[in-house]
Amino acid sequence: MRRAVGPGVLVLGLLAPFVPLLAWAVAGGYGYPALLPEPSARGARLLATPAVVEAAVTSMLVGIVVAVLATAAGTAAGRALGGHRFRGRGIVAAVLVAPVVVPALATTLGIQVFFVRYGLADTVAGVVLVQLVPAVPYASLVMAAAFARLDPDAEDQARMLGAGPWQRTRHVVAPAVAPAAAVAALFTFLISWSEYILTLLIGGGTVRTLPLVLFAAIGSGDLPAAAALSLALALPPLLLVGFTARRLAGAGPISRDLGPAAMVRP
Amino acid sequence: MITRIPRGLRIALLLTPALAVVVLLFGGGLLQALAQSLGHRPFLPPAPLGFDAYRELAADPAVRASVGLTVRVGLVSTAGAAVLGTAAALLVASLGRTRRGFAALLQVTLPVPHIVAALAVTLLLSQSGTVSRLAHAAGLIAEPAGFPALTQDAFGWGIVASYLWKEAPFVAVVVLAALSGRVAALTDAARVLGANRWQRVRHVVLPAVAPAVGAASVLVFAFTVGSYEVPFLLGRPFPATLPVLAYEQFRDPDLAARPLAMALALVTALLTGACVAAYVALTRRLSR
Repeated sequence: MRRAVGPGVLVLGLLAPFVPLLAWAVAGGYGYPALLPEPSARGARLLATPAVVEAAVTSMLVGIVVAVLATAAGTAAGRALGGHRFRGRGIVAAVLVAPVVVPALATTLGIQVFFVRYGLADTVAGVVLVQLVPAVPYASLVMAAAFARLDPDAEDQARMLGAGPWQRTRHVVAPAVAPAAAVAALFTFLISWSEYILTLLIGGGTVRTLPLVLFAAIGSGDLPAAAALSLALALPPLLLVGFTARRLAGAGPISRDLGPAAMVRP
Repeated sequence: MITRIPRGLRIALLLTPALAVVVLLFGGGLLQALAQSLGHRPFLPPAPLGFDAYRELAADPAVRASVGLTVRVGLVSTAGAAVLGTAAALLVASLGRTRRGFAALLQVTLPVPHIVAALAVTLLLSQSGTVSRLAHAAGLIAEPAGFPALTQDAFGWGIVASYLWKEAPFVAVVVLAALSGRVAALTDAARVLGANRWQRVRHVVLPAVAPAVGAASVLVFAFTVGSYEVPFLLGRPFPATLPVLAYEQFRDPDLAARPLAMALALVTALLTGACVAAYVALTRRLSR
């Protein structure tokens, strides 16, 4: 009996905050001190309204473009950092890590006026560009770790066997770093999907993603709407991570190493 | 890949896209924030430059309150996340057959957006929230006012609770990864040598996971100091944390507030950057 106290507290602490979200999402009336809400489908219906669907599509599009661009840039940088020793490598690594540490809001305030000047403010392109600031360093770190783990002998053996550079990349390097690239893409998508303040700052409220719609619902005090939108915002990441964690667990040591690497963003 | 390209050029080409993003948008942003905090106005007729914005910040009691709140919330959240996260990791590591399931469960809050965490904590802990209703049902309080104010409160408990829910599992996942087979072998050796359970934790396990706890904690601190959404939703309008205050000044239609916003942004950036740099320097010295 005593042995179950610790795990019990852990489960309660992890899952308890989800309970009111679920209750409010299906609530019509939910006055104090009722423990259970009067059920209503208003929250679910709200998720099907054009404004919310449009915001979800915008979030999805921005997230996919950010993930593709950040993973491509991160893979290239990761190959250089993880696979080569060169002068200035430490400085390059420090520069690439800096945005993981320093809040992007602080630096974006300074260049917002340039986004306005060059016609990027209030556009989806501008929002994608500004979200690359937190996403690219993250993808670079994950990919640098993956390239650093590559077995250098494997490429040499392929070379001895007469494989050209393109064949070596395709048959030796790419399969070895593919799981890490999947993780980088997944988590850069999640960074974009959750981002609020950078989108507001550069998108000016005209580029409406799901977090902006959720913020508006919270601001208007419509708690059932806010709870339903919260679930819509939280479920895709939960499902994505749940699905890929299981897939990556079969990928051998990579999932063990990527545990912390993939979580470098608190 | 073409082998004809010399190695140095190839490395430069590989690094270009990522560095372009970081140097132009991030580095450029820092330099612009610095210039504008000193009075520079891009695309406008020049104004006199100087440290007026910083002098104004230093003299403003509201800013002092903001710095205090930001550092306090950051430290309390980080310390709490480090302790709870380490405890959770040690607990999960000590489990038998259920260990894998619990390790997976630890990751459940990691992908949850911070805005969602802020709303969940509001609905759970506010004076008319779920915990307050449970207290009412148990006969402990008669009305919402009888429940302590834990959200939009003066201390920032709501902000801390929100960060704890997100960041303690983050620390736990990092620590759990550090608790690899090597630590288990060392613990067994200590047991054979007659160390009791507390001695094993204190002299074997904690030193082994300390670097992981430290690294995760520094990341958490930097994040909690620089994040906007949670303090905006769970804090009071006054005092607000530094990022919230910076954004508020930035939105001010009066352009005279712009240097203040930039100075606040830079102070936030310096606070996080300096802490991480200090941590890196410290660990380098210790590992020598």
